Amino acid sequence: MRQRLIRGGLGVLVFLALAEAATRLEIIKSSVLPPMSAVVRQAVLLTADSEFLRDVWATLYVWAFGMVITVAVGVPLGVLLGSLPAVNRAAKGIVEFLRPIPSVALVPLAIVIAQSDLGMKTTVIVYASLWPVLINTMYGMQEVDPLAKETLRSYGFGRLAVLRRVALPSATPFIATGVRLAASVGLILAVSAELLAGGSHGIGVFILRQSSGIDTLDEVLAAAVWAGAIGLVVNQALIQLERTMFRWHTVRTEAAL
Amino acid sequence: MKPRTLLSWVVRVLSVVWLPVVTVVVWQKVTAAKQEPFFPEPLVIWERMRAAWFTGPASHLWMNEEATSNWFASLGRMFTGWVVAGVLGIILGVALGRSQRVSDYLDPLLQFGRAMPPPALVPFFISVFKIGTQMQLATIIFGVIWPVLLNSIDGARSADRVKLDTALVFGMSRWMVLRYVILPAAAPKIFAGLRLSLSLSLILMVLSELVGSTNGIGYQLLRAQRDFDVPQMWAGIVLLGVLGLVLNALFVLVERRVLAWHRGSQGMA
Repeated sequence: MRQRLIRGGLGVLVFLALAEAATRLEIIKSSVLPPMSAVVRQAVLLTADSEFLRDVWATLYVWAFGMVITVAVGVPLGVLLGSLPAVNRAAKGIVEFLRPIPSVALVPLAIVIAQSDLGMKTTVIVYASLWPVLINTMYGMQEVDPLAKETLRSYGFGRLAVLRRVALPSATPFIATGVRLAASVGLILAVSAELLAGGSHGIGVFILRQSSGIDTLDEVLAAAVWAGAIGLVVNQALIQLERTMFRWHTVRTEAAL
Repeated sequence: MKPRTLLSWVVRVLSVVWLPVVTVVVWQKVTAAKQEPFFPEPLVIWERMRAAWFTGPASHLWMNEEATSNWFASLGRMFTGWVVAGVLGIILGVALGRSQRVSDYLDPLLQFGRAMPPPALVPFFISVFKIGTQMQLATIIFGVIWPVLLNSIDGARSADRVKLDTALVFGMSRWMVLRYVILPAAAPKIFAGLRLSLSLSLILMVLSELVGSTNGIGYQLLRAQRDFDVPQMWAGIVLLGVLGLVLNALFVLVERRVLAWHRGSQGMA
């Protein structure tokens, strides 16, 4: 573990040094790729930039809002489809058609239709991140141990009781995996929507604003680095949460990509 | 066909088809009754799709110039980006998967690269490559390489120790080990990565055309938005849905063929 950390750290340092050397030695023009030291410096400076912090908060806000709605819609729908095979078969045609529609393609229409900026962004985020949650929930519902279900049923528990006591608990690790996948998709869509629609605040708005200036490429990249860092931290946090909460269960994460 | 099996076949088809049909009919009735400008009737959308793209000769499957030029531009970008990312991802991934040390050094960088939302880099790519195909390809390749790369690493790592040792004992060359032991072991994971990348490349193709392009399906969407042409936007969205559906179905078909061979060979071994 320690060795891996040291090696990983070394890898990052070597990468930064190489990129820095490439620009310093003019192998890559600094107007094309700003020196890494400048990007890192800007990334540090941005943490004290109140305007940028407001942008970060705005992105986190629509992202979190989108996630809440995604879970509120996706989980009940997944439970419904996962526990009623007849409904599932009937809905399959609709799901298979809606799922591949790339959600960024909805941005132009959502801009025209939506009454508010928040509504537009949330719609786009929810549309994209709904699928991992829905599919994983359905998958989890189908993986429920039939023996446990039958046991409860033979003890005279009703359908809802079986759902609450057996099906839902055993599906939660799958749901958690779905939410984690949805979170990373949601961040991509939040930034996309900001980039395409503008608006007053957001990481995407910041990047858009800065990229129209001259010699601001280091700031653009620094903001992108922060977007990546936020995604990484949230992803790792969710993985950690899954590991501690569902120690009794190891989910195959690739199950429902 | 016996009447019994025919009947059960009809029941099976109906159980899948009834809800989509009902949905479209209800959608049509409701939108026709309400006449909301933002939610056109499905028939209007269909009519618009026909007028925009399907006025051509039968020899071109009725596709007109507008359709072929824009669709091929979009699909060309998407496939080029996907194939380049796929080849790079598999080669790098298998190499890294076979060397624990090298992948230890690179792991944080790869995790970070994957976490970086590709749209955040679009302005950077625009300033480097200017608006056009290069920038679009850069966006697509950067965005879709991660699932293939990380899955290939994982897959190559999962090669069976006993099989590797057996290959060593039999004096198989490195290439043969790669071809007959490592790649078959990694194939299911690689395909899972490729499939995810394919749907991602559709998204990034549209994104890159929405921000910087002069043709393509995404560009048509943008033009429709500027003209406030709501039915045309719906038409574009439906088209992309159909495209995604077809691409995924084709991929599953190819995957089944390739992995069926793989399963067979495993069964024999």
